[in-house]
Formats: sequence, C-alpha cells, structure tokens
Amino acid sequence: MAQLDEAKELTQKERLDFKNKNLVRKLIWMAIGSLLFAFALVPLYDVLCSLTGLNGKTNNTAEVLSTAKVDNTRWVDVQFTTSVMPGLGWNFYPKLGSVKVHPGQIETVIFVAKNTTNEVVVGRAVPSVTPGIAAANLKKIECFCFVNQSLKPGEEKEMPLRFFVSPALPKDVSEMTLSYAFFPSALVDK
Amino acid sequence: MSTTTVAHHDDHAEHPTGIMRWLTTTNHKDIGTMYLTFSLIMFLVGGSMILAIRAELFQPGLQLLNPEFFNQLIGVHALIMIFAALMPAATGFANWMIPLQIGAPDMALPRLNNWGFWLLPPSAILLTLPFTLALFGIGDGALATGWTFYPPLSVQGGIGVDFAIFAVHLLGISSVLGSINIIVTLFNMRAPGMTLMKMPMFCWGWLITAFLLIATIPVLAGAVTMLLTDRHFGTHFFDAAGGGDPIMFQHLFWFFGHPEVYILLLPVWGFIPQILEAFSRKPMYGYKAQVYSLWAIGALAVVVWAHHFFTAGMPVPALLYFMYSTMAISLPLAVLFFCWIKTMWKGSMSFETPMLFAVGWIILFGIGGLTGLVLADVAADAQYHNSYFVVAHFHYTLFAGGIMGIMAGTYYWLPKMTGHMYNEKLGKLHFWLTAISFNMTFIPQFFLGLAGMPRRIPDYALQFAEFNMISTIAAFVLGLSQLIFVYNIVSCARGGKKATDQVWEGAKGLEWTLPSPPPYHSFTEQPVVK
Repeated sequence: MAQLDEAKELTQKERLDFKNKNLVRKLIWMAIGSLLFAFALVPLYDVLCSLTGLNGKTNNTAEVLSTAKVDNTRWVDVQFTTSVMPGLGWNFYPKLGSVKVHPGQIETVIFVAKNTTNEVVVGRAVPSVTPGIAAANLKKIECFCFVNQSLKPGEEKEMPLRFFVSPALPKDVSEMTLSYAFFPSALVDK
Repeated sequence: MSTTTVAHHDDHAEHPTGIMRWLTTTNHKDIGTMYLTFSLIMFLVGGSMILAIRAELFQPGLQLLNPEFFNQLIGVHALIMIFAALMPAATGFANWMIPLQIGAPDMALPRLNNWGFWLLPPSAILLTLPFTLALFGIGDGALATGWTFYPPLSVQGGIGVDFAIFAVHLLGISSVLGSINIIVTLFNMRAPGMTLMKMPMFCWGWLITAFLLIATIPVLAGAVTMLLTDRHFGTHFFDAAGGGDPIMFQHLFWFFGHPEVYILLLPVWGFIPQILEAFSRKPMYGYKAQVYSLWAIGALAVVVWAHHFFTAGMPVPALLYFMYSTMAISLPLAVLFFCWIKTMWKGSMSFETPMLFAVGWIILFGIGGLTGLVLADVAADAQYHNSYFVVAHFHYTLFAGGIMGIMAGTYYWLPKMTGHMYNEKLGKLHFWLTAISFNMTFIPQFFLGLAGMPRRIPDYALQFAEFNMISTIAAFVLGLSQLIFVYNIVSCARGGKKATDQVWEGAKGLEWTLPSPPPYHSFTEQPVVK
C-alpha cells in the first residue's frame, strides 16, 4: 500500500517536473526573443528614421540635378553650423552663416577647413539637418562630405557644397539648419 | 531524492551549517533571507554614496569631491539602488512569501534560485571595484555617465563603463532567472483550489513584474552589448561618425528603462493592499479591478518609453503619442489609488508601523505620480527636463513608492520571518523620521528644479544655496534614521517577544496559518483552498 502511494506520488512529481520544464523552455525562448528584438530594433530604427526624418540624416551620395521648377513664391532660410570632434586638430567653419533660397533653386556655399597640426590628417564630415522633417528635402548635388578629406600640415582648403531644397518641403517649414560634424576618419573607417 | 526523505527532513530541518548552508541552499526561505540581507547592505552602500554627494552640494563651489568622482558616485548610486537594493528586496519577499502565500513547499526551480542569488554579489563587486582600482592607479574610476550609459560619453569613458556593462549583464541574468522561477512557481505550484483569481495580490504584482523583466531586461542586455562592441570591436551602433546614432541608444535603453519603473513598483502595489486590508480589518476593495489595472499598467509600460527624452528631438506626432500614452497610465493607476483608499474606508483601522508606512506610502507615492503627469506634458517637460524637478519626482516614486513600500512589507512580514516582534516604538520613530526627513530632502528639490537647477552637476549658482542646504541636512537625517531600521531588524532577528501565528489581528492569507517562524520545510502537504 505504501509502495503504491509512493508510485503515485512519483508520477505526480514527474508530471510537475514535466510541466515545469515545458514552461521554463517557453520562458527562456521569450527571453531570447526579446534579446533578438533588441538587435532587430537597429535596422527597424533606421527604417523609422528615414520615414520620419527622426535623426536628420541626409543623402550621402550625389543627388541627380533638379529638374523641378523653382518655387518663387517662398523663401527658405538655410543655416549652417559646424563642429570639430575631439581628436581632429582642424578649424572648420562656413563662409556664410546662412543663405536664403527658393525651393528648387541650386545654391553653392563654401566651407573652410584648416589643418592646425603638423601632420597629414584625414577627416570625414557627417551632416545632420534640423528639423528632422526637412532632412529628406535637403538635396545635395555635390558635397565634401561624400568622401574623406585629407589636409597637409597647415593646409587650408575651401570645400564647396551644392544643394537645393526640394519643392516638396512642407509649407510650414521656412527655416532649416544643416550641421556638419568633422570626425577623424580613423573613427569612421575603423 | 525520494519522497520519504523529504518527509524526514520535515521535522528536523537538516541542512549544512556555517557558510556552506548559505552557499548551497536551495530552500526558498534561506534564499529569500539572503536576498533581503544583500538588499539591506547595498541600500546602506548606495545611501552612503548619495550622502557624499549631498555633502558636496551643501554649499556652492567645490569642497569635498572632484567633479569626476561626483559623476561616478551619481551613476553608481542609481545602479546600486535600483539593481542591488530595490530589485533584490522585491525578489527576497517573492522567495519568502510566494510559496507560503500559494501553499507550495518551495519554489519550482530551487537550484536555479540559488544561482540567481549568487550572481548578485559578484555584480555588486563589479560595480564598485573600479573605485578601489582607481586608488591603486588602475583606470580612472567607476562609470561617470550616470546610470543611463548615454553615448557618446559612455563610448569614450574609461574601464568603469566596461565593469558596469558586465555588472548589468550579470544582474540581468539573475533577474531573468528569478522571473522564470516565479512564473513557473505561480503557474504550476498553487495549492489545489487556488485559482489565478484567488491568488494574493502580491503574487499578481510579481507575476506581471516577472513577465516585464523577461520582456525588457534582454533589451537592456542587448543595448549594453552594442555599447561594448562600439567601445572595443569597431562597430558603429551609436557612433555618428560611422553612420550610427547615439539617440538610438536612448530608445533602446528606455524601452527597458520605463518598464523597469513598474518592475520596481508592481510587487509593492501587490502587498500594500494586503497590509491595508489587514490593518483596516475588512476585505480588500476591488480585487478584480486591481488585477486588471495591474495588467493594464504592465501593458502600457512597454509603449511609453520616449517620454524620458522628449527634448532629444522627435517628430511632433511622436511627441503627442508618447505624451498621451504616458498620461493614459494615470487611469489604471487612479483605479488602484481609489481601491486602496476604499479598502481603508470605514474600516476599523489601527496604525502599527506597517500600516503607518502603507498610508504614508499612498500619500507620498501620490505626489510622485502627480508630478510625473507634469513631466509627461511635452510643453512643460522642455522646461523641467534634466532639472532637479525630475530628481525629486523619481525619488517620490522610487524612494517613497519603492523603498518605503518595501519597509512597510518588512515590518509586516518580519515577525512571520523571524518569529519575534520588532520594537514597535522604534518602528514608529523610524517611520516619522523617514517620512519627515524624506519630504524635507525632496520638496526643496522640486523648487530647485522649477528655478532651473540642472541635475548631475557638482556646483551650482548662488541663488540655489538655501534650498540645497535644507536638502542636505534633511538627507543626512534621512540616512541616519535608517540605522534605526537596521537595528530594529537585527534585534528582531536575534530575539524579542514571541510572535503568534497570526501576528496581525486582521492579516489574511495562507502564510499566517503557519507558525512564526515557519518550519524550514513548510506545506509539504499542500493545503486545499476553498
């Protein structure tokens, strides 16, 4: 009788063990799933950003020339800011703080970079546009930021940017800021 | 192990003695005690760190700490308080009380349980070791980024960041293991007749917490792993130079970080109603409404994260979405508040220490919640972001809402766990000192924030001097009055008036049917719940 009880008890215990293991397996998969989800968020974030302009990223290869008609009815004030990241011994500034353009009109502005160190330094400019919603509408035809820039010791270089603002820019945006951060290219190419 | 030996263990409580008992134990009560002790120690460690910070902020200018060390203390204080004090305290209660509350002999996975705990001390060492290493000239101290690890600072930071990343990995594994254990226990080990909707509220709070932990801790682990590869293996997840985006880290971090707030609070929302019903001597009001509200808050918790960085730049529709969804959390929370108050309504209340803490908790946590609504407003947040208003707000939710809740639970269950009554006079003294000095510490910080004092800065403008002085004095009173708490717990564990089985006249639940303290192995015969 006692043996019978024990056998019954054992199967109950086994049943519980089985149930527990089953649930543990599911929960571990859930944890692994959320870990994978974290990494899946990286490409998802990029997609979301290009849809919403969240991080102000602009095109990083040359845009084809505008065939769109110039919209003479409104002005857009495009402002420029620059910064040099730590580790890059350069001076870097725009010749003009801002330009007023009509959407569709092609404009050229000059940025100046000077190497203040006594070695050859290679840098790379990373652009960003605010407000984010305008980022997709700032089209660069030619930009020093498309390639690495190399400066000899003490060399000063004028670097052009040719761009236009797409007429598709939402009507309520009349100002945008284009910011360039110059990074040591070792950081970029690493 | 055959069932006969289990029965044999019942009456003898055989276990190894000395350190081996604690290293090898699989007993839920032992492990719960270890979690709670660890939590109390780390609470004092994290508290001492913030007292050093408050001492520096006593007057404008730099007197005691250099700015780097100040920044390190701020980040490590937060990580210790969140991961090593509050979370282990909640897990400790879960280990002690969940098996007793549902009439189970132990947790479902006792060995995993042991491992889950023993991952904690190494991670606490990892967090604090860089301070010591810096004394010997190795590295430049602990992480100086604040607990949020924001890049680019965390990508550029010293070895302290790496230590913190590995500490977070260990803490994360520990919490996920603990959560798995709790979910399996709650689903498979309930006494016959105890349906899910008959579970004590504490079990519900923990069940939702456990699911939130499993869903979000791995995201944090992923984010800090990306940080690690950015730092050492040349990836560009968060590096703008290589096409990454530092703002993405904020999204990943707060996708974990916001649910974390509810992870810390849900267990407390579980046992506070149990304390209220015990000391009001009437049944809990709105059990079902509370359970559904807990679920609603758990679900909303994972879709509101971006309100932590409204000012980082977001499209307006996103701002509006995160503002309204954040404010929506106040609806189920209001349901909870009404249920808590209605539980006390017309009850024959008495104010022993646990009840004092529970009632004080409702008021102070209410202030924390309401100031949160102010911050959830996008327009207002632009003004208050990263100011002392935020610091005061989250200390009302996490110190009052979290730690004072844990203290209520400690006084409530301490006689059950130790078998002795604690010193009621000292308990009440502890409550009043804590409540008053807590308010004196943080009310001035609301005003400082409104006046524009930024957080995480070791120096400040002269006009902030008076409020900072009050805040610092009160913080020291608050810190020192916790020594009463420690003394009370230790002396209660060592002896005192014998506690009855029921302990509190109105206490309900299976844990009160066992002797105080409960035998080493309890409920080997599961009780039947009607």
